[in-house]
Amino acid sequence: MSAVYVVLEDRDGRVSRISWEALAAGAKLAGQSGGSVTAVVMGADTNALAAELMPTCVSKIIRVEHSLLAHYTSDAYTIALKQLIEKENPPQVVFPHTYQVRDFAPALSARMNQVLIGDVVAIGDGPVFTRQLLQGRLAGNYRHQGNGPCFVSVQAGAFRAAEASADSPRAEIVTFEPKIDPAAIRTKPGEPFRGAAQTVDLASAPLIVSVGRGIKEADNLPVVQELADALGAELAASRPICDNGWLPMERQVGSSGQTVSPKLYLAVGISGAIQHLVGMKGSQCIVAINKDPDAPIFEVADYGIVGDLFEVVPALTEAIKAAK
Amino acid sequence: MKIIVAIKQVPERDAQVRIDSSGKWIEESDVQYAMNESDAYALEEALQLKEKHSGEVIVVSAGPERVGTTIREALAKGADRAIHIDCNNLNDRDALGVAQLIAAAIRSENADLVLTGLQSDDLGYGQTGVILAELLGMPHATLILHVEKTDLGLKVKRELEAGWFQEIEIPLPAALSIQSGGNKLRYATLMGIKKAKTKEMRVVNAADLGEAAAPVAVLEEIELPKKQRSTQIIPGDAKQAAAALVEKLKFEVRVL
Repeated sequence: MSAVYVVLEDRDGRVSRISWEALAAGAKLAGQSGGSVTAVVMGADTNALAAELMPTCVSKIIRVEHSLLAHYTSDAYTIALKQLIEKENPPQVVFPHTYQVRDFAPALSARMNQVLIGDVVAIGDGPVFTRQLLQGRLAGNYRHQGNGPCFVSVQAGAFRAAEASADSPRAEIVTFEPKIDPAAIRTKPGEPFRGAAQTVDLASAPLIVSVGRGIKEADNLPVVQELADALGAELAASRPICDNGWLPMERQVGSSGQTVSPKLYLAVGISGAIQHLVGMKGSQCIVAINKDPDAPIFEVADYGIVGDLFEVVPALTEAIKAAK
Repeated sequence: MKIIVAIKQVPERDAQVRIDSSGKWIEESDVQYAMNESDAYALEEALQLKEKHSGEVIVVSAGPERVGTTIREALAKGADRAIHIDCNNLNDRDALGVAQLIAAAIRSENADLVLTGLQSDDLGYGQTGVILAELLGMPHATLILHVEKTDLGLKVKRELEAGWFQEIEIPLPAALSIQSGGNKLRYATLMGIKKAKTKEMRVVNAADLGEAAAPVAVLEEIELPKKQRSTQIIPGDAKQAAAALVEKLKFEVRVL
């Protein structure tokens, strides 16, 4: 029986949330082919990670262990996984679409004459893999062709982690020891560090007004600051605003910034690229103000106003002040 | 330092897009094109490294004739010369196919550093830099915000998730994919635009760079994205819409 392989990632020593989602995607693929799910954990010591996976939807856990996997490097991960995949020959290999996976999975795939189908948001029969195009304006359906394993990475929030915990017979655990020559590791990674000191905690803010490119220039920011003040909300931003230095990085919401789920997320002039949506689509209520009716932000919004933010936002600020 | 920067021409960010009759791409006649944003940051990083350490900056771009305008823009900003890979069916290739094309066009340059943007704003594969490194036999690092030359090679600042960073030491030659926001982008000067016209832009035909392999990841069709929530669009002029939204915030969302 063939098995879908799911390569997991840990965060602070635990299986990360998006890895559970990747397991759910693996379970979906296994359901299509009538196969099973094999989880792959990697590191210098993976005992605790393997233990965390029982009971789940996996029927086998492979512990890929080597002292050179203690700290992530693209070279060590690529070498180790290539050896494992060549030995086991799984039809499909699923990854969570994380910064780490983006760093090594394209190289691993290319080394095996394959191509990663990355950032997948849905899996249909076939299987057909859906991913976003043009910053979320369109969706593209992809198919894997030819022989060899199909490499896929799935986007955060696209699959339900809970579906990975279906009960299954007790998983078999095996250890795989890859051969890694220390000289083959060409980069030297340093310890992770935080950026500037965090002075705002967007994650705990109940109300957030967030601003994007539509604001056009830094001098226009008071327009949204006044709205935030009237609401008693924190001001946040999409990446381009922080890239330009108009607001500090700590106010950035999205994959490279903070993940928030406030009661109200009011997005002003934000088109809704996926890197932003993953940071806020868990909000209880999303309101979008944008001049472009086709902007992807409207796909996740509960309420939308299509219009010029420089007219709508001041009017909204006034109306809120009057209502309070 | 000899630096190659791979840049892509993509539809402008606010372009209104329509699916074309093939159902596999957009109506190209509708849209204006621009330099991919993170590629502009890669170019900026290359120009700054050249200013500090001297050397040469070569841009490479694959695509049809229209790509020439984006290449001229890069030359106007200060790149020394360019390679245009003339290719009318770039979208028929997957990420490996495109990287093979670029690798074949730049291999003989023996560059010290190959830079790409992190991800294209159109197809968004985010793989070209990593696969290029693999094909050229170089180490790589991705999501790079800052590059510093050292005696042994480079020290780069890599962005991790959720506000974390990491420094990586990497020997040369190397390939880096550059995250946006690490530098302030420059504008082309009038002098730069004038000079760009005289700089070398070598055109290489994609067909002369080797046979394209059948794609492994095949884009079969494109469609409008499925809505995740049902959005209630509030009608009216700014004042009416604002008043109606306040009602919703007060009585349905209950945050006022």
